[in-house]
Amino acid sequence: MTREAYHKALKELQDEVLKMSSMVGTAIKESMEALKSRDLEMSRRIVKNDMLINRMRFDIEEKCIRLIATQQPMAVDLRVLASIINVITDLERIGDHAEGIAKISVSIGDEPLVKPLIDMPVMAGKALSMLQRCMAAFVARDAEAAKKICNEDDEVDLLYDTIYNELVLLMVQDPKIIKDATYLIWAAHNIERMADRVTNIAERVVYMATGKMEEMNVSKY
Amino acid sequence: MTDKIKIKDLNFHYGAKQALKNINLSVKEKEITALIGPSGCGKTTFLRCLNRMHDLYPGNRYEGEIIIDGKNILEKGLDLIKLRSRVGMVFQKPTPFPMSMFENVAFGVKLMGIRKKKEISERVEKALRDSALWDEIKDRLHEPALSLSGGQQQRLCIARAVAVEPEVILMDEPCSALDPVATAKIEDLMTDLKKYYTVVIVTHNMQQAARVSEYTGFFMLGEVVEFDFTRKIFTAPANKLTEDYITGRFG
Repeated sequence: MTREAYHKALKELQDEVLKMSSMVGTAIKESMEALKSRDLEMSRRIVKNDMLINRMRFDIEEKCIRLIATQQPMAVDLRVLASIINVITDLERIGDHAEGIAKISVSIGDEPLVKPLIDMPVMAGKALSMLQRCMAAFVARDAEAAKKICNEDDEVDLLYDTIYNELVLLMVQDPKIIKDATYLIWAAHNIERMADRVTNIAERVVYMATGKMEEMNVSKY
Repeated sequence: MTDKIKIKDLNFHYGAKQALKNINLSVKEKEITALIGPSGCGKTTFLRCLNRMHDLYPGNRYEGEIIIDGKNILEKGLDLIKLRSRVGMVFQKPTPFPMSMFENVAFGVKLMGIRKKKEISERVEKALRDSALWDEIKDRLHEPALSLSGGQQQRLCIARAVAVEPEVILMDEPCSALDPVATAKIEDLMTDLKKYYTVVIVTHNMQQAARVSEYTGFFMLGEVVEFDFTRKIFTAPANKLTEDYITGRFG
């Protein structure tokens, strides 16, 4: 009673989730590059490409539902499918946060940034690395690796605090920059939320691997 | 939950061939326990131990204990007729006797020595109601049982088992010969039956085990690989063999 076609479909679905996470990863990286280098063309492209991520999420979700309806998955297969439905929702939202940064970049327009971006690219790099390692744990069904990633959310929160305090200080010193400084706080907030979403994905990896639902790390934000 | 049946170190041999090895598990009272596993894994053999059906053939041998309500039913000298009235059985294919619907259900009741017509009729009606068949056949009770559809015949067999007021009902693939509608009726019926009876069901249909049972045992090569709550077995089984079997990675 081996079910090769079904397991092949499950494997393909997992590959599509990886492809989606790679698209989201690119959006994170490019949204920060575009904000930093003031490349408005790139920012607009990121906004447009987010539709592809959204479409992919629906495609994967439909395939999950079809497999559940037609194959009655059980045990680890059921956990994988239930987790994928959650994971793609978080990936889609991370994509929205990257799109949010791109929109902020467009809103800032031709104005120069109120300060050079130093911590924010580090923060985005950290969130991206968390996502990439979390997806590697997803493929390997590695609950321990996923749990460790959750702890790194505190580092992202700390960077957010630093950026926030620095920008508030600049605004106090020069109220004329309040608007553009607020844009940057929003951008940093988008990255902070990305990392939170990665911890959600990590929780699903733990569930997939162990069958246990646990909250890993409660973000301070 | 009270244990209705406790199985301790049960071994069973068909002549020289050992079919069950060191089975230890408990069947909870008024719950449905499902037994799953690949063909030849011993689940039906195990089911048939529970009312000593194997005693009908010579050369079979039990070791260990099957304790029902504190009494070991493997003890010598046990009244097997009485045991089988306490532990009834429903088979894979409907097995109505070539007689009327009424007589089918009354058969076991009469065998118990009940002679009063009124009491027999009452028992038949109650059993048919319990088996969700009464409304469908009450106007033609004296027609041949073989005129019923397959699903109705199977419910009639359940009524026949229920009529003698057993404590445990064993079901050996009760839906494998039925269409989905008849299967759904039997599954609904099982849920009703567990209010009064302890049910043990052998099924090849894992979705059926998942739908109807509270506990599931996975058998392989004559051994119990895993026994746990059904919800646990079908979402996060502890044993890799169980997982591979129920996800179709071997079988």
